[in-house]
Amino acid sequence: MTTLRDIARHVRSKNAGPFWVTVDIFLDGDAEFERVCGAPWLNPNSISQIFGVNASSVKVFPIPEQNVLKISFPRRYPQGGIHDRDQHSGQQFVLLLGQKV
Amino acid sequence: MQSCKILVPTGMLGSGCPEEAIERGFSMRPDAVAVDAGSTDSGPYFLATTHSKMTRGAVRRDLAQIIPRQLDAGIPLIIGSCGSAGTDAGVDYVADICGEILTEIGRTAKIAKIYSEIRATDLVDRLARGQVRPLPPSLPLTKEEIESCIRIVGLQGAEPMQKAIRDGAQIILCGRATDTAVLACVPLMKGLPTGASWHAAKIAECGSVCTERLRLGGVMITVTSAGFEVEPLHIDNRCTVASVSAHMLYENSDPFRLIEPGVILDASGAKYEQLDHRRVRVTGSFAETTSYTIKLEAARLAGYQTMSFVCIREPKVLERFDQWLSSLEEVCASWIRDNMNVSSQEYDIDFRPYGWNGLGGNWPPGSGVPFEVGLMVLVTAETSELSLQIARACNPALLHWSGDPSAPMPSFAFPYSPAETPRGPVYEFAMNHVVTVDDPLDLFRMEYTEGGQ
Repeated sequence: MTTLRDIARHVRSKNAGPFWVTVDIFLDGDAEFERVCGAPWLNPNSISQIFGVNASSVKVFPIPEQNVLKISFPRRYPQGGIHDRDQHSGQQFVLLLGQKV
Repeated sequence: MQSCKILVPTGMLGSGCPEEAIERGFSMRPDAVAVDAGSTDSGPYFLATTHSKMTRGAVRRDLAQIIPRQLDAGIPLIIGSCGSAGTDAGVDYVADICGEILTEIGRTAKIAKIYSEIRATDLVDRLARGQVRPLPPSLPLTKEEIESCIRIVGLQGAEPMQKAIRDGAQIILCGRATDTAVLACVPLMKGLPTGASWHAAKIAECGSVCTERLRLGGVMITVTSAGFEVEPLHIDNRCTVASVSAHMLYENSDPFRLIEPGVILDASGAKYEQLDHRRVRVTGSFAETTSYTIKLEAARLAGYQTMSFVCIREPKVLERFDQWLSSLEEVCASWIRDNMNVSSQEYDIDFRPYGWNGLGGNWPPGSGVPFEVGLMVLVTAETSELSLQIARACNPALLHWSGDPSAPMPSFAFPYSPAETPRGPVYEFAMNHVVTVDDPLDLFRMEYTEGGQ
């Protein structure tokens, strides 16, 4: 089974302001990019289940010129609130690494 | 061809720039120096308390490197979001450090202080006039929510800084400002294209983050009538198409569009090309004018917190950890209710098992039995005393809970004494809203002083 971790050059996540998380998936070539674009989890519904957020606000941006996929969604808890466990959202991407591609 | 060079010494004032990189940057004859000094990224604490995340020593070191050179070159220095959160006290903090440096080097300079704090009563009036609206995913604000905030700031656009420069200020200290406005204000003033000016500012806002090496200081952007170029200050560093184009994605929920006061940057048609080994040219950035809105940020008190931490290696517990943790949560809740007579509405308790699933989320099951788990327990309540009492009430369970009535009593490992650490007041961000204004200067107060006298 091939996972995102096996084929992505780099995956990162970060706050986009205190209320949003954004995940960037950097791929080496067109073939890898197409493969991830075709993955069964690359849609708002599946992403919302993985991260426990509302599907209607998940945005997926394919950027073929750069072989990059960007996924943005509202944080489960605003940054710095008493239930926030990842102040910079820097470890959120890890939940995607094991997804099949 | 008309052009404008902005020297960005670092992505965050206080993080330093190697001397040779600064030296090289000034030798390229920039038109202005611009640097960001703040962020919401470190949390609402800094906005609530006005404390600076960067130490005075670090901010002073960076300013001492810049100010003499900037004055010699006769160009303005613009600093955004002074003192981490861009509070009024943050502006005064940086102004004080600038004054100290000027006195020390025997110079004077006209300093502009542009304050960003907004009074709750002013915002309540604007709310009543229908000028405040939420950004997704937030709901409309209420008067009560505004009044519950400790501090509110608005993010300045380019216009207040431009006014200060026109008024002859040499050092422009902004309260909360958009990271990009600080870098875009001078190219825009010189009449360079709006799209290229804002896009260049977005690329350079974090200094070296758009380069290949992060520890070699900042970058220079050159905005022209055809687009912009970006290059690292340090001769040993490089900008590549990959490093520059990736920065448009950084901390941005939309990869192409960036909403700034009065303008939307559209970088979807931008072309990135490698100019030489170290420089990248970007063309094709556009910007459209929109209604002028100021983004709001606010902090409010969330309660007072106490932290407990205990380490567990007992295999009998770790082998059935989820079950044990649920039973621990239940017994703590019952002790708080029955022994303290405190209802669950009066406090929040959060169990975070580091080494198991400390970050929460829907972690895939079946990750095996860990060697040890560090369990952090955070109790938040209306007073410091109540949060401490609740944490203390849980102490015997954190020390001895086996989760199995027939098992002998274990004792888990507290790393220090006392096991409970009061964390004092904790804060939360309270606004994700914008206010529409008629005049870009509306919400901001400007003061001029002569520094170094």
